[in-house]
Amino acid sequence: MNARANTHTVGRLIPKRAVYLIGSLALLPMRAAVAAEPGVNALNYPGPAWSPYVVGAGIGVLSWLTFYFSDSPIGASSFYAQVSGFIGKLFAKRHTESLAYFKDNPPCVDWEFVFVVATIAGGSIAAVTGGEFANEWLPPMWVARFGDSIALRAVIAFGGGILMAFGARLAGGCTSGHGISGTLQLNVASWIAVVCFFIGGIAVAMTLFKL
Amino acid sequence: MIDPGKAVKQSAEKPAPPVAAAPKLFAGVIFGLVFGFLLQKGGVGKYNVLVGQLLLQDFTVAKVMLTAIVVGMVGIFALHHFAKVNLHIKPTRIGSNIIGGLLFGAGFALIGYCPGTAAAALGQGSWDALFGMAGLVAGSWIFAEFSASLKKTVEKWGDLGKMLLPDLLHVPRGVFVVGFAVALTALLLLLQRFTTR
Repeated sequence: MNARANTHTVGRLIPKRAVYLIGSLALLPMRAAVAAEPGVNALNYPGPAWSPYVVGAGIGVLSWLTFYFSDSPIGASSFYAQVSGFIGKLFAKRHTESLAYFKDNPPCVDWEFVFVVATIAGGSIAAVTGGEFANEWLPPMWVARFGDSIALRAVIAFGGGILMAFGARLAGGCTSGHGISGTLQLNVASWIAVVCFFIGGIAVAMTLFKL
Repeated sequence: MIDPGKAVKQSAEKPAPPVAAAPKLFAGVIFGLVFGFLLQKGGVGKYNVLVGQLLLQDFTVAKVMLTAIVVGMVGIFALHHFAKVNLHIKPTRIGSNIIGGLLFGAGFALIGYCPGTAAAALGQGSWDALFGMAGLVAGSWIFAEFSASLKKTVEKWGDLGKMLLPDLLHVPRGVFVVGFAVALTALLLLLQRFTTR
C-alpha cells in the first residue's frame, strides 16, 4: 500500500494539538512527505539499484573481512586529513610537522588511504556496469531547489566539506568510521557521534529545503 | 588502563613509514573497490538519497547502516570471542563527540555526501562531489591548525576513555549483542513497514 497517500487522511484525522503532544518524532516522516513539493521530494528521484538490506549485509560482511585480514575498521575521513597533510608538507613542511594532529598522525599512504581511492573506482565500476553513470555537475534535486548555478553549489559544498571534516576530526570519525565501524563495535563514542550527525544533518537539511 | 578491544596480535608502537607494506595496501585496494561498489549499488552515492534521509523522506541510508551494524556486530563479536580479530575502539569524549558530531551533520546537509559516499559519488560521475572533497581536505587542515588547543580543551570534556555500551550498562557483551541485534532488526522491520523507500 502507498504510505504517502495515507498521510493526508492521517494529517486531517489527528487534531493538531495531539500531533505536537505525541512528540512527533514518529510522525515527522509523514509530515515531511506531506509538506514536500514535487521538486524537493527525494522520492521523486532515482533510488538505489539494489536492496538496502543486501547492500547493508554486504558492508557488514566486508567489515568482518577488513578486521580479519587487515586488522582495520572501514573508515574514510582520515583519508582527507592525509591528503591535507601531504599538501601541507609540500608548501610548509616545518609548520605542518609542528601541528599536534600531524605529530600524532603523520601523513602516510596507508591502508585507509588506498581504501578510499579504491572506493572511487568501485563506485565507477558499479555505476558503469549498472548504466547509472551520472556525468553531471549538479544533482537534479539541488537544481530544483537552488537553481542551476555551479558556483553556488561549489561554495556550499566546499563550506559543508570544511564543517564536515572539522567535525569528523573532532568527533573522531565519520559516517563510516563511527557510523558503521564504531557503532557495530558498540562504541559509546560512535553512538553519541552518529546520533549527533543526524540531529545536525536533519536540522540543517530541513532549514535548507523546508523554509 | 586495559584496552577493552585487544584479543590478538599486539600491534607494537613503532613510527609509521610514509608508505605501508604492499600486501596490506593490496588488501586495502580490493576492500575499497568492494566498498565503493556496494555504496553505489545501495544508492548512497546519490545526493537525493542522502539528503532525502536528512529530510526524513527516503530511509535508504538508515536501512543500509542498520543492516550493516547488525550483520557486522554479530560477526565481529563472534570473531573477537574466538580471538580472531582485535576491536578498534576510539575513546569516548562526550564533549568532542557531541560538538564534532553536530558540526559534521551540518556539513553533511550542505554537501549532501559524506566522506565515504563522496568518493563513491565521484566514481559514479557526480562531479559536484569534488567541491565537497576539496572542502574536506581544507577542513582537515583547519582542524590540524587548532588541534593543539582543542586537545587541551574540548577533547578533555567528558573523557570516558575506551568504552563499550555493554560495559557502560554492566551487561555481559554476548547478552548485549544478541539483545541489540534483535532490537535493531525489529527497528528495521518497522522501517520496512512504514517507509516507502
